[in-house]
Amino acid sequence: MAATEQTIKQVNTLGSSDYKYGFSTEVDEIRPPKGLNEEIIKFISAQKDEPEWMLEWRLNAFKVFNKLPKPQWAKLNIPEIDYQDCYYYSIPKSLKDKPKSLDEIDPEILKTYEKLGIPLKEQKMLSGIAVDAVFDSVSVATTYKKQLSDLGIVFCSISEAVKTYPELVKKYLGSVIPVSDHSFAALNSAVFTDGSFIYIPEGVRCPVELSTYFRINAMNTGQFERTLIIADKDSYVSYLEGCTAPMRDENQLHAANVELVALDNAEIKYSTVQNWYPGDKEGKGGIYNFVTKRGACRGKNSKISWTQVETGSAITWKYPSCILQGDNSKGEFYSVAITNNMQQADTGTKMIHIGKNTSSKIISKGISAGKANNTYRGLVNILSKAKNARNFTQCDSLLIGNQCGAHTVPYIESSNSDSMVEHEATTSKINEDQLFYCQQRGLNSEDAVGLIVNGFCKEVLQHLPMEFAVEAQKLVAISLEGSVG
Amino acid sequence: MLEIKNLHVSIEEKKIIKGLDLSINKGEVHALMGPNGSGKSTLSYVLSGKDKYEINDGTIDYNGKNLLELDVDERANEGLFLAFQYPMEIPGVQTSFFLKTAINSKRKYLGQSEMDALEFAKLMKSKAEELNISTEMLKRDLNVNYSGGEKKKQEILQMSMLSPKMAILDETDSGLDIDALRIVSEGVNKLRNSDNSFLVITHYQRLLNYIKPDFVHIIADGKIVKSGDYSLALELEEKGYEEISQTA
Ligand SMILES: Nc1ncnc2c1ncn2[C@@H]1O[C@H](COP(=O)(O)OP(=O)(O)OP(=O)(O)O)[C@@H](O)[C@H]1O
Ligand SMILES: [Mg+2]
Repeated sequence: MAATEQTIKQVNTLGSSDYKYGFSTEVDEIRPPKGLNEEIIKFISAQKDEPEWMLEWRLNAFKVFNKLPKPQWAKLNIPEIDYQDCYYYSIPKSLKDKPKSLDEIDPEILKTYEKLGIPLKEQKMLSGIAVDAVFDSVSVATTYKKQLSDLGIVFCSISEAVKTYPELVKKYLGSVIPVSDHSFAALNSAVFTDGSFIYIPEGVRCPVELSTYFRINAMNTGQFERTLIIADKDSYVSYLEGCTAPMRDENQLHAANVELVALDNAEIKYSTVQNWYPGDKEGKGGIYNFVTKRGACRGKNSKISWTQVETGSAITWKYPSCILQGDNSKGEFYSVAITNNMQQADTGTKMIHIGKNTSSKIISKGISAGKANNTYRGLVNILSKAKNARNFTQCDSLLIGNQCGAHTVPYIESSNSDSMVEHEATTSKINEDQLFYCQQRGLNSEDAVGLIVNGFCKEVLQHLPMEFAVEAQKLVAISLEGSVG
Repeated sequence: MLEIKNLHVSIEEKKIIKGLDLSINKGEVHALMGPNGSGKSTLSYVLSGKDKYEINDGTIDYNGKNLLELDVDERANEGLFLAFQYPMEIPGVQTSFFLKTAINSKRKYLGQSEMDALEFAKLMKSKAEELNISTEMLKRDLNVNYSGGEKKKQEILQMSMLSPKMAILDETDSGLDIDALRIVSEGVNKLRNSDNSFLVITHYQRLLNYIKPDFVHIIADGKIVKSGDYSLALELEEKGYEEISQTA
């Protein structure tokens, strides 16, 4: 996996705890003025050559945004965000007229992805993984297109899908996350720039991992990712996303909306390794990662499984959720969230049980070090029709040092007496005797922490696709550098 | 190999080791016996560098180096090994992975390249077989739900894979059944050579029938009160600590 090489490189330079993706790329950008208003939205839509209906959809979302209050930040300390002081669109000039082949892409941008370990050129492409690369507001290139289209699989940027598959987009966009859901959902709907679109036709098992790599490059620019994945009846897809950004002193906003739809007997496996720039040790800079991810198990026997490894960002606010509509449908959430230094994370999931015999499983591992705060916030909601619904939740928190915090906030609402909900939670400090034992066997203190924390996260990491699991383990160790001794 | 002079150690203001001298040369096996609470495990932790122990006085020389100045992992990688009285469980970490990580940490410290996967698998298999440890066991999480005796055997497996210069065995015999005691002892004897040394902490003379020590020391209240050869262990078995300490 691309990101693996990237991490290996990172591991090789161990010893300095600096963020290794912190470089930026010199490219000429097309960037309208700062600020959020109808003009900007029209500008974005025009830049993308969007059909009229898309623009209307955006403008409507903007009206909704203006009426909505901001989400309540329960356990997060978030400075006031000045929406007018942010750029909403930025694309490298060279990508304005979508390059027809990789030869037309600015070599500087290709180099960026090479540096990140994601070669886009045919001859160097990653085997077994189709990649869509998003640079600031625009998709750069999607690999493996031909092979996928032979199977009828659509894997392209959402901008392209709006034009090429308008019926699918119209039918499903906003159908899982309504525009009016909360203010970030509305904001994203108004100004979303790019992201991936996937459609797996009936009966098709996608033979490769589909993957998107998000990169924020431009300064002061928000990234508004929009991803839509539809798995038609009896289909299967595994998708993974990775993210990095340059080191900058000011905070940058990443507000994503991701919608998944699984029809009868379909399965979607969605994995994230989030490693946005977390800010420096004093908490200066870093990405605000405000993400709405939601999957609808619309069909019977459908399954959606979220796996996330969240190690980056100054602030993470994210609750990948499942709406279990179809009878016998299953939702799963496996999460590792690591916060170090001044990072804050408030993450968890919502499992909404609607259909009969629906089941959900939540495994959350929160690790806090430095002065960081880490909250698990979850909701299991079992509606009255959801006869025989089942949920199992396990939340474990691990503290490294005395200045960090871990909080577990599980809500359970059940209006059904047949249902069964189990919840287990633990909080512990990293065990000094375990550390000593590992060090007595020759591991230095950082390797010892990495080993123990990886053991603590194992139940989650083993759900990542193989190529990603090794990378994630290294990332876990790296993100805790400097947390002991 | 190891030269301890006038060692005084306390923990949380409590004096535990009170003027201990011990000298171990290359190729020697020393047995350390003494009543509960006399400071045997404390000595093993101080030698391996566990923190929270305060060294109030004394010196420890290890192969010409000031041992007290080295970090825990440096000591380990310089060949000092402690088989724990109570080995730790590490959930989520496969035993074989742990072994590999330990071996490669040492190789890295010594400036060697990582052991290749095949070579490692071979080494682990042969050492595990010698100790009658099943490969199934090595796939489990380290020490998690191992029986008391299985944990002790695991310590000896780690030791034989790391082939230390100076190994401290803290009551490795406690909890082992009769067959395991013999197997573990054979493992230790196999490792013995003219270049390495052992400090064997035990309560039972029986272990010393298998692992013949060159010297036997009796520790009481933080001091070595009597030293001798193998016959001292037999005498102790007969008379008990009380009488031996008095005749010291
Ligand atoms: N952290 C601690 N705080 C206070 N006292 C301690 C601490 N650790 C050890 N001790 C005390 O130090 C003394 C020596 O303990 P140690 O474990 O070294 O004994 P031992 O000789 O290994 O005994 P045993 O044969 O039972 O294993 C004991 O009295 C013990 O209670
Ligand atoms: Mg002891």
